[in-house]
Amino acid sequence: MAVTELKDTATDALTNTIIQIADDHLILGHRLSEWCGHAPMLEEDLSMPNMALDLIGQSRALYSYAATLENTGRTEDDFAYLRTDREYTNCLLVERPNTDFAHTMLKQFYFAAFMHPLWQGIAKGSNETLRGIAAKAEKEIGYHIRHAGEWIVRLGDGTEESAMRMQAAVEELHPYTGELFTVDESRQQCIEANVLTNIDPVKTVWDSTVHNLFEQAKLIIPEVPYPQTGGRQGQHTEGFGFLLAELQYMQRAYPGASW
Amino acid sequence: MTTELMPLWEVFIRPRNGLNHKHVGSVHAADAKMAMQAARDVYTRREEGNSIWIIPASSIVASDPANASENFDPAADKIYRHPSFYDIPDEVGHM
Repeated sequence: MAVTELKDTATDALTNTIIQIADDHLILGHRLSEWCGHAPMLEEDLSMPNMALDLIGQSRALYSYAATLENTGRTEDDFAYLRTDREYTNCLLVERPNTDFAHTMLKQFYFAAFMHPLWQGIAKGSNETLRGIAAKAEKEIGYHIRHAGEWIVRLGDGTEESAMRMQAAVEELHPYTGELFTVDESRQQCIEANVLTNIDPVKTVWDSTVHNLFEQAKLIIPEVPYPQTGGRQGQHTEGFGFLLAELQYMQRAYPGASW
Repeated sequence: MTTELMPLWEVFIRPRNGLNHKHVGSVHAADAKMAMQAARDVYTRREEGNSIWIIPASSIVASDPANASENFDPAADKIYRHPSFYDIPDEVGHM
């Protein structure tokens, strides 16, 4: 195999992986932004869009870098707004509907607890651009763990109804967490190139973060006979089309519109 | 959201090292930890500061507005309490 060919495969693997991570952030950020103007109290009405903007900001940085690597003239906006549903490779967890405050906070927590050790690994990895993005993102996501975590403890160990809703959210969303730790060929190449760390230590940190919190929140981790996966292959859940319709509306209706 | 479950907390922010914490507003929260997060989320989004204090609003003892005239009016004609009636020698320089 020629050297240039090898290089291309490595760049493709890196680009695919970056787009996966960017898609996770964009879709979770968009879901969280749906609370804007609908939160149960003013304080949360500010903090949820704050966190949504952290996530969307991270996705922008990643899409821009992917566009540079790809070098075909596509921009961050093309990635975010002009792909079809099957082209998004976000995991299913982040696209799940908000349902209620318990579901929303749990979704944020599961994802943030995963991204925190992943960013820490990237920050010590071999890719300089990603190290820069990780340094900023790690702080932001660290706060997301704390914010969502404190709510989960208070709801799980709260009133009869809040405890019931919190546990229902765990039953509903836990089956989607396995997909966070899947490693496809592209990710494997990034791990071998020391851009990402091995997935096992990330999983260990995630497990202990979740266990510690659930103990305080008096929540029980359910058995998961059938993990829900497919997002990484572009196979999304029913609500995803509606999400994209809203997310992409402006660029589809007014192509090229800018602020 | 009942006030009983979500009492009021007053928020103070220090804009920079060396300056005082200044009252900026209030938040509703179930306890101190949640109030601290709410204060951070609501009042430091635009780099307003590097330190936050919060206290339960119920801990503040306020002067009675009905006593305002007794409390504050007597100071109005004691202009000599302002240290502005001294000649400062040139050697002292800027004070």
